[in-house]
Amino acid sequence: MEILWFSLVAAMFAGYVVLDGFDLGAGILHLFVARTDAERRGVLRSIGPVWDGNEVWLVAGGGTLYFAFPALYASSFSGFYLPLMVVLWLLILRGISIELRNHIDSAAWKPLWDVVFCFASALLAILFGAALGNVVRGVPLNAQGEFFLPLWTDFRIGPEPGVLDWYTVLTGLFALVALTLHGARWLILKTDGEIRERAQALAAKLWWAVFACTVLVSWITFQVQRHIPHSFHERPWGFLFPALALAGLAGVRFFGERKRELRAFLSSCLYILAMLASVAFGMFPYVLPSAGEPKFGLTLYNAATSRYGLEIGLRWWIPGMLLAGVYHYFVYRHFAGKVKLEEEGY
Amino acid sequence: MDSALDWHRLHFAFTITFHYLFPQLTMGLALLIVVLKTMALGTGGERYNRAARFWARIFAINFALGVVTGIPMEFQFGTSWARFSKVAGGVIGQTLAMEGVFSFFLESSFLGLFLFGEKRLGKAGHWMAAFLVFLGSWLSGYLIVATNAWMQHPTGYASTGTGDLVLAGFWALVLNPWALWQYAHTMLGSVVTASFVMASVGAFYLIAGRHADHGRTFVRVGVISGLAACLLLLFPTGDGQGKLIARHQPVKLAAMEGLFETQQGAPIAIMGQPDTEKRRLDNPFLIPRMLSFITYQRWSAEVKGLDHFPRDEWPDNVPLLFYSFHIMVGLGTIFIALMGLAAFALWRGRLYDAKSLLWALMLAAPFPYIANTAGWLTAELGRQPWLIYGLMRTSEGSSRAVSAGNTLFTLIGFMGLYAALGILFLFLVEREIEHGPQAAPDR
Repeated sequence: MEILWFSLVAAMFAGYVVLDGFDLGAGILHLFVARTDAERRGVLRSIGPVWDGNEVWLVAGGGTLYFAFPALYASSFSGFYLPLMVVLWLLILRGISIELRNHIDSAAWKPLWDVVFCFASALLAILFGAALGNVVRGVPLNAQGEFFLPLWTDFRIGPEPGVLDWYTVLTGLFALVALTLHGARWLILKTDGEIRERAQALAAKLWWAVFACTVLVSWITFQVQRHIPHSFHERPWGFLFPALALAGLAGVRFFGERKRELRAFLSSCLYILAMLASVAFGMFPYVLPSAGEPKFGLTLYNAATSRYGLEIGLRWWIPGMLLAGVYHYFVYRHFAGKVKLEEEGY
Repeated sequence: MDSALDWHRLHFAFTITFHYLFPQLTMGLALLIVVLKTMALGTGGERYNRAARFWARIFAINFALGVVTGIPMEFQFGTSWARFSKVAGGVIGQTLAMEGVFSFFLESSFLGLFLFGEKRLGKAGHWMAAFLVFLGSWLSGYLIVATNAWMQHPTGYASTGTGDLVLAGFWALVLNPWALWQYAHTMLGSVVTASFVMASVGAFYLIAGRHADHGRTFVRVGVISGLAACLLLLFPTGDGQGKLIARHQPVKLAAMEGLFETQQGAPIAIMGQPDTEKRRLDNPFLIPRMLSFITYQRWSAEVKGLDHFPRDEWPDNVPLLFYSFHIMVGLGTIFIALMGLAAFALWRGRLYDAKSLLWALMLAAPFPYIANTAGWLTAELGRQPWLIYGLMRTSEGSSRAVSAGNTLFTLIGFMGLYAALGILFLFLVEREIEHGPQAAPDR
């Protein structure tokens, strides 16, 4: 039951990364692929009806984490207090820049929100990557399962790490390039004309960066968190996940070159999902390892709530998420196809 | 204010108070937009559709602010109240997660369709999208009120050996009797805010002599729904909540009413200043025996005063609690009078020319926000010193790992950001009101 809920919570956060990932990526590319006001409106229209629903995955995932693994929620949210607050501020800035930009048609208004949107999207991608890097590296948990990390200390992986050290900065940059590529694939799928051509040119270059990062960061991760190679050694079937990730990455290139845009985008989704699954598999059963004393590490067993609570949770979670799937299907089908610049909402 | 605890409390109080300025309009306005869309379907007239579109633009701005200020709330349980979250997350995490899964997906999906899909969805489809946005926002209201109700009156839980609380009865948690009354009262408060805002914009148009046609619609819809909601706020929902408080939180009742001494035939204080040092209400303006009557329906019933309870179980800010409660009730009374007069004039066909009433309606819009905020302050200050009533004190629930300095740092950040958001919101809504329902969509 704990393993099931761990998978469900992980799936919700992975869903968040894949879905909000493409609109974050679109935001990072916003200033670079869209130059005129009409083009920028096009980028925003491609994510306008869906970004809010995508962000709900974060909120719903957070809520589900809260009830299923209260000890993990309490420990990590208070320990990562400062970066989380920065994430919240960035989410606020990004949300209002999308929503408010088109309310006033003025050269003294729109460029401001375009810059805020791009900046916040990029920084969020880096912070999410760094967050995952922190979970992989481990944090200095005490006997009560508490810790507190400053934003940075000496950028080394020592006994007193900061949220940012050389490893987590690296994972942050990795997330930045991976989500930028993901966003580029989305824009290629959803737009026409200049935006699409620029996104295509960038996607071709970004692919190599993502490929290089995948190899490099994976290798470093195996050195930083020894539990991960141990897991793969114990249960070799887990190599399925990195294999799928590589297949996804190859698919991005293969379908991208052949202009099969939907398949290329879905390959990018597969790549991200399989990378996250590889991390989750490698860390199992830890959900937040200890950087010092291994026995203080939080596992999915010592962080979970009661069996009864988990069982009850399934009874509403399954129908609830099925409904959410139906809504998503409906919305994405309704807004399927390329964005047309002349069609406006209010 | 030297301990981290106080800063955590101020932090949460500030972010939640600012946040709730937006959902209270969202939830009420979602209902009124459904009303307008229904009138459009019923009459087949484009006029109501245009009115609905105008309010949808304001709704969209308001909704965006509600979403971006709401996300921090879900995280702050963990960031600022880690010990509470660890102990109680297995119980109230259920309702919070359900809010995300059942309401937010619904709301956000259909808001996109509602705002961007009117042409493609057709009349009935667009009505349905509006209705589902309404349903999502009202469901979200229920689940969040149920979470708060559990902190006011915990049900459906069991304690483990380690002191953590776990779920013992799902329906006892979800159908907490406290939640039912609190929900009805909260949602009516939200309808009052939306009704006053709608009537206020309508009155502005009538006074300024612009969009008079729409102005009359807004005033009419706002006054009728506003009067109905104000009356239901007083009775049965306000009364029902008061009786629950008298039964389960008598010390909160005593502090709300500024009743320091237990007495038979207790008076109700309309005004006064509680002095907790001397344990008396200064400059009281009393109605004799009234408190006994409205609480127990007997003029001579005994009401427990603060003296009946040990000092460390008193709410820790009795004066602020007393004022919050009295501001809420006082404003609620004035709302009934104003909406009653306006409804009477509407019935006699004189409202649209009654300048003084229109002025009063136009200027009244901020006050429901104050009343709703004061109502929540009453609920939450009155819950003190408990975080979970009778189970966990507020001082036992905060994050030990987060220092006062870090909390103040992020509080200042939120204050700056929210000040900017507030100014932006007012600026953009003012522009929409300037454009009015007649203007073509500007994007």
